[in-house]
Amino acid sequence: MEDLFIISDAIQEEEYIINMGPQHPSTHGVLRFKVSLKGETVLGVEPHCGYIHRGIEKMCERLTYQQVIHLTDRLDYLSAHINNEAVCLLVENALQIEVPERVKYIRTILSELSRLASHQLWWCAFGMDLGALTTYFYGLRDREPILDIFEETTGARLLQSFNCPGGLMNDIHPNFIKRVKDYIVYFRKKLPEYDELLTGNVILQERTNDIGFLTLEDAISYGVTGPSGRASGFACDVRKHHPYSAYDKVEFKEILFDKGDTFHRYKARVEEMWESLKIIEQLIDNIPEGDFVVKMKPIIRLPEGEYYQRVEACRGEFGVYVLSTGDKYPYRVKFRSPNFSNLSAINLLSAGHKIADLVAISGSLDLVIPDIDR
Amino acid sequence: MTFNIYDLTSFNQWVDKTLYDSLPAFWAMIIEMTLIGVAFLLFYALIGLFLVYAERKVCAFIQNRVGPNRVGPYGIFQTIADFIKLLMKELIPINKADKFLFNLAPFIVIIASFMAIAAIPFGLGLHAIDFNIGVFYVMAVSSLGVIGVLLAGWSSNNKYSLIGAMRSGAQIVSYELSVGLSMVTIVILAGSMQLSTIVEAQRDGWFIFTGHVPALIAFLIFIIASTAETNRGPFDLAEAESELTAGYHTEYSGIKFAFFFLAEYMNMFIVASIAATLFWGGWMPLHIGGWAGFNTVMDYIPPFFWYMGKTMVVIFIMMWFKWTFPRLRIDQLLKLEWKYLLPINLFNIILMALIVLLGWHF
Amino acid sequence: MNNEQLKEKIRSIDSNIEITDGPQYVTLSVSPADLHKTALMLKTQADLSFDYLFCLTGNDLTDACSVVYHLESFKHRHCIVLTVKTANRENAVLDSVCDIWITADFHEREVYDLVGITFTNHPDMRRIFLNEEDWVGYPLRKDYTDNNIVLR
Repeated sequence: MEDLFIISDAIQEEEYIINMGPQHPSTHGVLRFKVSLKGETVLGVEPHCGYIHRGIEKMCERLTYQQVIHLTDRLDYLSAHINNEAVCLLVENALQIEVPERVKYIRTILSELSRLASHQLWWCAFGMDLGALTTYFYGLRDREPILDIFEETTGARLLQSFNCPGGLMNDIHPNFIKRVKDYIVYFRKKLPEYDELLTGNVILQERTNDIGFLTLEDAISYGVTGPSGRASGFACDVRKHHPYSAYDKVEFKEILFDKGDTFHRYKARVEEMWESLKIIEQLIDNIPEGDFVVKMKPIIRLPEGEYYQRVEACRGEFGVYVLSTGDKYPYRVKFRSPNFSNLSAINLLSAGHKIADLVAISGSLDLVIPDIDR
Repeated sequence: MTFNIYDLTSFNQWVDKTLYDSLPAFWAMIIEMTLIGVAFLLFYALIGLFLVYAERKVCAFIQNRVGPNRVGPYGIFQTIADFIKLLMKELIPINKADKFLFNLAPFIVIIASFMAIAAIPFGLGLHAIDFNIGVFYVMAVSSLGVIGVLLAGWSSNNKYSLIGAMRSGAQIVSYELSVGLSMVTIVILAGSMQLSTIVEAQRDGWFIFTGHVPALIAFLIFIIASTAETNRGPFDLAEAESELTAGYHTEYSGIKFAFFFLAEYMNMFIVASIAATLFWGGWMPLHIGGWAGFNTVMDYIPPFFWYMGKTMVVIFIMMWFKWTFPRLRIDQLLKLEWKYLLPINLFNIILMALIVLLGWHF
Repeated sequence: MNNEQLKEKIRSIDSNIEITDGPQYVTLSVSPADLHKTALMLKTQADLSFDYLFCLTGNDLTDACSVVYHLESFKHRHCIVLTVKTANRENAVLDSVCDIWITADFHEREVYDLVGITFTNHPDMRRIFLNEEDWVGYPLRKDYTDNNIVLR
């Protein structure tokens, strides 16, 4: 990394350093990129995190497992449901509780709905990063019904906290199945619009193709997961390789590309929306009858030991590590956040490109800052 | 030349004559200049307010929204409310800015856009100065604005502003060529640089129809290049808000920001009106050869409305661009100009010259 | 490879590594001196090729500090856990593995920042979340106190 900062010209020019962030429209939150430039060309990017570090891991050491769930919402707020699920699965696996099939199905459907909502929001924000402001409204238009479905069933639009160890907080709303089905029909019609508006656009193609290459080796070594990693050919979909909930019962394709540039990271996410629709379609008609929760003791104590649970969040692999001493509080909780690893590749991806490309690349990595800082 | 009921030339001459007869020449001139100045200021403010409102509505229409609809019927007073807000806002002084240049920059930008209006023919006889080098004057004056932009970027003492200003400089220097050359194409066809003559030459058919393919190409190039010259999307690199927060006017607030804001819309209006004048016949009504009845009906629509209508159509096209396309990158922007538009343009001029020489145009 | 085969394989390579069965993964415990060597072996050994470090956790165990490496192989799809305990809690020092898995770069900085384990041979050993200049202490240590902690 150091040698990127050395300018080899005969005249040692002074680096032009700009701080992108912590208040900057392209970082979508309080992240700071210290960018050294030569003209418009980026020589190196040094991310500075911590502006929204809330010490969630420390807080978790003083909370019961039920309470920990509510803090995981605040990590990657766009995949709140999936983060909840990770903790619940960890507790259930540690106590060897088998949750009813109904719970697994509902969890999976809600996870995929939040993945859809998250990718839609990413799509709008990515368009906006590139200067196509209209995408924002098209994306939000389609995201709104999903949030309405969430609101009806879980009572919250964004931070649902609908999971609890042993199942769900409540049963699904009677309208849930019909609304989800309607939504699938609706969104299958709307998704091609995304391609018409943005994917096929010649300026987008020019802006993203052959920009920010991430090779397979680098993707693995940097731990770049999720659609960003899969665009480089890194088959890292936890849903596929370490199935949890109802993912082993559904057919879906793991979207893999081997080029690994910004455009393919874009493409991977758009394609994933189709796959999410497929998964929901397969499950929504077959939700089995049964309880929505397994009765559990009010105070959960995990047996002594180390536990780890991986789930596929919207931006990559989300992991929860718990070190338990048998107390009602976890001794140590660590969240493996996908964005933290994805962020580490930003210097590799953007060095040598223009400032505008840095914005496109960080947009294509889909960084959610609270998830990085925890 | 047939008699035109909307001809204001005689009225203007009468005003001119009365003033010079009753007052000393100096005072008559002062009064005339003041009258025109006041008229333009008023026009300028009205057009600015209207365009901001129009942009919001067009953008809302494209983006599936309603747009402003709270202040007044259909939100038509929204821009006035915004204008009052901008007037009352605090002018934040920048400690390490170059004070003089920092304050000067918005004025240069706005004066440059103001000057160009003078040469534009709004209607028959509705013309502040009818230069015999009108096209040349408009070209020269409209590119003065970049000095203001560069000054703003430099004097703000902000790195984003500086990058934005430098981008803007590179952009305008490049695209000025295309704008100029596409205008030259029409000058060849019209055989004059005087805007009134150019309009008059389109009496029997607008140049976009009579000029064959070269006029069409020139029009497309003009629209692209002039969008770039006014720093509007997809060429709004100078103020690319996702990269440079707000580019060269990051540090400006209140009325100084309003000046930049207004100047952007006025520049858009000016390039649109030049496009309308050069390619779509300015204030000339739509005439179709041989259809005498149709032509007469068209003549009854006042020239000013023809002119504004055409300008608004061009402006709508430019807004459509902005709200649909992603932004280009700086190197792509320059590549587009130097590798594509400029050679096409040069070839186009030769083509046009040949057509005019051989008398193939209508 | 399943867990049994993994254990078998690792035993055949290096019999000094302590192998235990965790609830999910095979857990290897090594001494700080062997850390880098073992890590490199896990990455480069063709049958193992643990090339994906998906989690790196630093723990304060009150008598020592430990670091837990969760590894997966892209090729073989097996997972393993590598743990290492520092000899000393107050002055916890370990070898960096960020030359083996680049993602360890950020994760080790995080561990340094919050748990206070220093990694040698790390190119950029600075705090990542907290302020480098004025932050005192390591928040994830059990004896860390701060007036602003709400939950006690």
